[in-house]
Amino acid sequence: MSAQLKPGQGPLDYARRPWIIALFALVLLFLYAPIASLIVFSFNVDKSGVWHGFTFMNYVKAWNNEQIFYALSNSITIALISTVFSTILGGMTALTLWRFRFPFKTAYEGFVALPIVVPEICMGIALSMFFNYSGLMAAVRDWVWPFNLINIIFAHIAFSFPFVAVVVRSRLVGFNRQLEEASKDLGATEFQTFINVLIPFMMPALVAGGLLAFTLSLDDFVITLFSSGPGSVTFPVKIYGMVKRGVDMQINAASTVLILVTLSATLIAMKLQAPAKSGH
Amino acid sequence: MSEPIISIRNVSKRFAGGVTAVDNVSIDIAQNEFFALLGPSGCGKTTLLRMISGLETPTEGQIIIGGQDMAFTPPNLRPTNMVFQSYAVFPHMTVEQNVGYGLKVTGVPAAEIKTRVAEALEMVKLAHLAARKPDQMSGGQRQRVALARALVKRPKVLLLDEPLSALDAKLRDDMRMELTRLQQTVGITFIIVTHDQDEALSMASRIAVMDKGAVAQIATPSELYEHPRNKFVADFIGKVNLLDASVLSQKGKTVTCETKAAGKFAIETDKTCGSTATIAIRPEKLKLSASEPKGAGLVKTKATVRDVAYYGDTSHVVADAGGSDLEINVQNDSRTGGSGVERGQKLWVSFNPEDALVLTE
Repeated sequence: MSAQLKPGQGPLDYARRPWIIALFALVLLFLYAPIASLIVFSFNVDKSGVWHGFTFMNYVKAWNNEQIFYALSNSITIALISTVFSTILGGMTALTLWRFRFPFKTAYEGFVALPIVVPEICMGIALSMFFNYSGLMAAVRDWVWPFNLINIIFAHIAFSFPFVAVVVRSRLVGFNRQLEEASKDLGATEFQTFINVLIPFMMPALVAGGLLAFTLSLDDFVITLFSSGPGSVTFPVKIYGMVKRGVDMQINAASTVLILVTLSATLIAMKLQAPAKSGH
Repeated sequence: MSEPIISIRNVSKRFAGGVTAVDNVSIDIAQNEFFALLGPSGCGKTTLLRMISGLETPTEGQIIIGGQDMAFTPPNLRPTNMVFQSYAVFPHMTVEQNVGYGLKVTGVPAAEIKTRVAEALEMVKLAHLAARKPDQMSGGQRQRVALARALVKRPKVLLLDEPLSALDAKLRDDMRMELTRLQQTVGITFIIVTHDQDEALSMASRIAVMDKGAVAQIATPSELYEHPRNKFVADFIGKVNLLDASVLSQKGKTVTCETKAAGKFAIETDKTCGSTATIAIRPEKLKLSASEPKGAGLVKTKATVRDVAYYGDTSHVVADAGGSDLEINVQNDSRTGGSGVERGQKLWVSFNPEDALVLTE
């Protein structure tokens, strides 16, 4: 056998071999090169694909571009509202599925998770038909901002709360029921137990699920396109329209801002999650 | 016995699917008792404890706590508190918050909570760890938190579900003493569930031995050990040699019987025997000797040593007498000789019939 280990080298020390390191680097490059170039060119002085000098001008232009600004604030508003509702709804769904036994529970559990796998285009068409036939599409058109976004918000809650439910449900599996019993034994009512014991235990999953819902909502294109009326444009939809008309580095600048928003949301969420460890 | 603090009357618990976990149990527990529910796993002792706490409701029967039937009162309204087997210390709260939790949710004023929590932590010697989170503590410390958290509520009865089972041997011994001490200082009735007979014998003032959902015997530790009511109790509490005997005659309290292991002998009993009985004798009450022991009334037999297990202070000897195994405990009371017993030796085994017991069930 020629495969001898060198002194000090463990049998699973692959990470120190050059070809593995090269592979790691390639994977990272593949993942991040497009994003990196997007960010880099957001600082380019002109809109050719060649670097001609550094500027913040694109950011200023994007900020002053009312249409981009409007679309971005729509997107963030929709994301915030739909995150709150889908977190509550998803958390409650998960609790129901974990806590109670009822007929057709397995089927119910399956149907709750179904929107995760149903192709977005199908869900988009379905929602579009629903909003049109119910008259909601026409009705909200004249409503004051942000109520004119209500179609999109409904649609986003519908597709993102199952994600929250799945995340919270899997955390609840690890809950020690004796914690709940201890709380009641110590004099707490059912509701006090829920607030003081169960919610803190669910919190990391609620945060993670909420974050998932937030990012899903922020960059959703297909479903949004189908459920939005002519007045209510979101950021991804707006960008799509702009790209159709030609390259503009304002798009890069606005996208970079969006990346920053999601990134900082993630960081905050991770910070929030850190102190709450598992419940045993 | 004075007015019982807890009176369990004809309580049964049947689970869906026809399993009877607790079968018509009646127990009275007095104020200030250290009471143990002892039995093998699946005997219903934990279910009974959970019914006392309110985490489980009985199918039938009464659970009278402090003079009130509380069989269907929810746990948060009962004057009982529980120390859980997994401790169930709240992971997201500090020690102080954990201990204060039961007071806070019942609306005790903050200032009073503060003093009572401090007192409780003092009592379990955790005052210096008040600001810690449970994940920075050892199992023994977490258990003290669970204890303080229950005691701070000043319950009429403290329930302990297998409190020592998750601790290592040394800590277990310390905790046993600690629990006994605590029970004496706070003067609260303790009810402990355990499958460990040593634990029950060393801590409890009275023990209920449970078997298949029913109470086999309720007695003090020494009574249980020396006067077990039936074979199950004799066998479960400590080690015992159970000799099958055929009863030859009974005159008043004196029974003449014959066993394979020890031949024919007479023994006193209060029981009325049929044609067969079981003679129970503890291993430490059997004596080994090289020469034939002398003494009036001794029961003696020749036996071949099959096995010797060394335990430091004692050696456990298994000897074959007339085709049945006898277990004998020998004190190793000299450093040089050990027990001096070796495998294959032929020795005399003897006992005083007063130390043996006739069992009919």
